[in-house]
Amino acid sequence: MSLDSLPAAASAPDLPKSAPPGVFTLFFAFAKMSLAGFGGVLAFARRGIVEQHRWMTADEFNETFALCHFLPGPNIVNLSVVFGSRFRGVIGGVAAFTGLVGPPMLLCIILAALYSRYGELETLRRILAGVSCAAVGLLVSVMFRMMKPLIKRRDVTSLVVLVAVFVAVGLARLPLATVLLIATPISIAIAFLLQRRVKGA
Amino acid sequence: MTGDSNPIWTLVWTFALMSLFAIGGANAAIPEMHRIAVDVHHWLTDKQFADVFAISQLSPGPNVLIVTLIGYTVGGLGGALAATLAMCVPTAVLAYGVSRLMARPTESRWPAMIQGALVPLSIGLMAASGLIVAQAADRNWVAVLLTVAVAVAASATRINPLWLLLAGGCLGFAGLI
Repeated sequence: MSLDSLPAAASAPDLPKSAPPGVFTLFFAFAKMSLAGFGGVLAFARRGIVEQHRWMTADEFNETFALCHFLPGPNIVNLSVVFGSRFRGVIGGVAAFTGLVGPPMLLCIILAALYSRYGELETLRRILAGVSCAAVGLLVSVMFRMMKPLIKRRDVTSLVVLVAVFVAVGLARLPLATVLLIATPISIAIAFLLQRRVKGA
Repeated sequence: MTGDSNPIWTLVWTFALMSLFAIGGANAAIPEMHRIAVDVHHWLTDKQFADVFAISQLSPGPNVLIVTLIGYTVGGLGGALAATLAMCVPTAVLAYGVSRLMARPTESRWPAMIQGALVPLSIGLMAASGLIVAQAADRNWVAVLLTVAVAVAASATRINPLWLLLAGGCLGFAGLI
């Protein structure tokens, strides 16, 4: 959903860029990408921004996305704000954000209202049980795709950190904040030490 | 915790705080959402949480919209809006600020190194998400089998995930799950 697609569009670097989008264009473009985005909007955002509208080169897109992926919060939401504000300032950021989140949020509110009325229906329960099993399967596949480079590099320390976080949050059910406040400095310290060792060697 | 105060405010500060810890996106925050919504505040049952996760995956748009559904169960329309904005706005403002500061990519190796160090954390969190929703949703061995089959199909092929979700829905409708 996210990491694996970074190098995908690295080819075709010199598509001519088109004129910067206006506020309304930003809103409608992000609304369209968002409503097309079943199971994650990123692929559609890349296609729309880089290939269809040519507002950014593939490299610019990758750099912007890397920043948004690095920061906390929903990546694609961060991307919409950073992207929109780059062209039209704060108003542009708000327009892209509203386009991305507004229409699918309205849809979700309608679905939530339907669910609160009919959620107890046996048929709907059964359908949703099947869907959530499949949705977990999708999550697992994304997880494995992200894990592959770590396994290929035989990056044992990262895998240990990964398993520790899984055990702490998934099995011990510790609060996220506690786990991250401990695990983040440790993981960064390990990365720093390993890098220094590689440089020193 | 704050039983007698307005639940909308509880939604707002809960999700605003949670968003700051959502490294690797909304799917990494699923365990925390489950802990808060099911275990701490009893806003939803385990089953409802699995349902809400299923609905959010079925509908288009960013995955973060699961908070819209949680917010709606807590406080109707106002709850849905409050939860969504609380989960999105603080980190969006942060991203805006940082992107202004880092207008040009730096020569420093720190950003790349920190980013690399965060990758195993976010994968571990996603694994925990999978486990927690599976425990809430899976009821029998057919359900486990379906989860595994979808994971394999999605890894091995480029099939549109929506078809896999719909296939799961059909199996559920047929009474197999």
